Amino acid sequence: MNWTAIAAIYRFEMARFFRTMMQSFLSPVLSTSLYFVVFGTAIGSRIQEVEGVSYGAFIVPGLIMLSVVMLAISNASFGIYFPKFLGTIYELLSAPVNFIEIVIGYVGAAATKSLFVGIVILITATFFVDIRIEHPFAMAAFLILSCLSFSLLGFIIGIWASNFEQMSLVPQLVVTPLIFLGGTFYSISMLPPVWQTITLFNPVVYLISGFRWSFYGLADVPIVYSLLAILAFTGLCLGIIGWIFKTGWRIRS
Amino acid sequence: MTTILSIKDLRKSYADGFEALKGVSLDIQEGEILALLGPNGAGKTTLISTVCGITTPTSGVVTVGGHDIQTDFRAARRMIGLVPQEIALEPFEKVWNTVRFSRGLFGYSSDSARIEEILRKLSLWDKRKNAIKELSGGMKRRVLIAKALAHEPRVLFLDEPTAGVDVELRKDMWEMVAELKQAGVTIILTTHYIEEAEAIADRVGVIDKGELLLMQDKDTLMAQMGKKQIEVMLTEAISEIPGCLAGHNLALNGNGDTLVYTYDTNADRTGITTLLNDVAQAGLVLRDVQTRQSSLEEIFVNLVSGEAA
Repeated sequence: MNWTAIAAIYRFEMARFFRTMMQSFLSPVLSTSLYFVVFGTAIGSRIQEVEGVSYGAFIVPGLIMLSVVMLAISNASFGIYFPKFLGTIYELLSAPVNFIEIVIGYVGAAATKSLFVGIVILITATFFVDIRIEHPFAMAAFLILSCLSFSLLGFIIGIWASNFEQMSLVPQLVVTPLIFLGGTFYSISMLPPVWQTITLFNPVVYLISGFRWSFYGLADVPIVYSLLAILAFTGLCLGIIGWIFKTGWRIRS
Repeated sequence: MTTILSIKDLRKSYADGFEALKGVSLDIQEGEILALLGPNGAGKTTLISTVCGITTPTSGVVTVGGHDIQTDFRAARRMIGLVPQEIALEPFEKVWNTVRFSRGLFGYSSDSARIEEILRKLSLWDKRKNAIKELSGGMKRRVLIAKALAHEPRVLFLDEPTAGVDVELRKDMWEMVAELKQAGVTIILTTHYIEEAEAIADRVGVIDKGELLLMQDKDTLMAQMGKKQIEVMLTEAISEIPGCLAGHNLALNGNGDTLVYTYDTNADRTGITTLLNDVAQAGLVLRDVQTRQSSLEEIFVNLVSGEAA
């Protein structure tokens, strides 16, 4: 393994993050605060509690996931799409690095950035609501796995995309609806039975449910299913990346 | 001299059936400067991209310093530096950081003294803290070269290094190439500019339609293919070449005041002395005499158009 190269890619990507520190830091703080004001205050005044947890506290895990997932995708997809767009990818392709090392560098940096933002949102939330974390290790594991797996997905999107429109296609048309309908702002037990069943086909439900369980011990689906779902999703992304590696799809002509 | 880069029967065809390289073979000796000439779309960049790992070859074997570019790609690529044709740089990154990144990518630790040396040599030291978007086009090209040299390659590819570059930078570039050659770096450059090949190359290769038409020592090429002509200008125009000069391979120009004699520079006897004696014998008075040698450009044009015919 060319660890020096992985470190170089990682550092280069992180530098981009620190160059736009205000954006990286302030925008999640601001958007989380807005969610609390809008959802926590407006809706929270009507829904006092969900299964014994105040509504404001109930939505925190979902809010963290929402930002982490979107940021992981956008960071990783931009990270690899930008060199393609600028033409600087020639350097990656002609360097003594293999595809695995490129993935570790870019996905590692994207996952770190989204993890950082996740932690910032968690801290911001403590200013608005009381939060308890019943299973801190499970919480950390879910958070890190989500950062990694969605960064892998972002990397795949970045490789696939051949223009900026395609870059936002999957996050906006697929991921955002799945997250909003995945129990970020409600428990699926609040839905009519038919919709409860339909919702179970949404993979994000398992992710948010598991993550919320690590906070309050509340879950829409058994925690084992949540864990299996996130592992299966990570495995699927790794499988696709492995295929890209073998075929050189959209990278090497 | 040892062979540092060996290309054997390299082929590249695309899914649509287009054959960019049709079995190119060539050996490049350590420390030489090779110029690859060819019209647009001849396959020059494809050849370079394939050797550097950007394009996957369809078939053929390429070794760099004895390392196969596919089975032993790490060792092979570590020896190669590439300056691409297009300016491709991250606009918001600082000069120093982008050169350090290149060095790291090739597995070398960040050696500040080495990076400083490269930046100073390329007159980029004062700009090291500038973002790339703040630099002029010529400066950006220098940054590309600095990046390519960051890992101290043994073989340097320069893809059209002086395309769209001003005269001063071109001269700087030629000087830099000469310095690198002194340091033992092998240089392969592609160019449209024949005078560039003529000025700096040791050997010249001509590529057209994915085939290597010719590969020769530059001086030998010029001597072999370069015809030389003597133009004998007369004080008074004549209507036809006098009979006593018929034995010489002469042509009379349109005005009738210049005799053009074409000869082979490699021949044992060029026939110049006899010709000039015979001209004097014929009673013609000389106003001036000048010689002209065909340039690499003429050779190149002849070769490419000859292929097309």
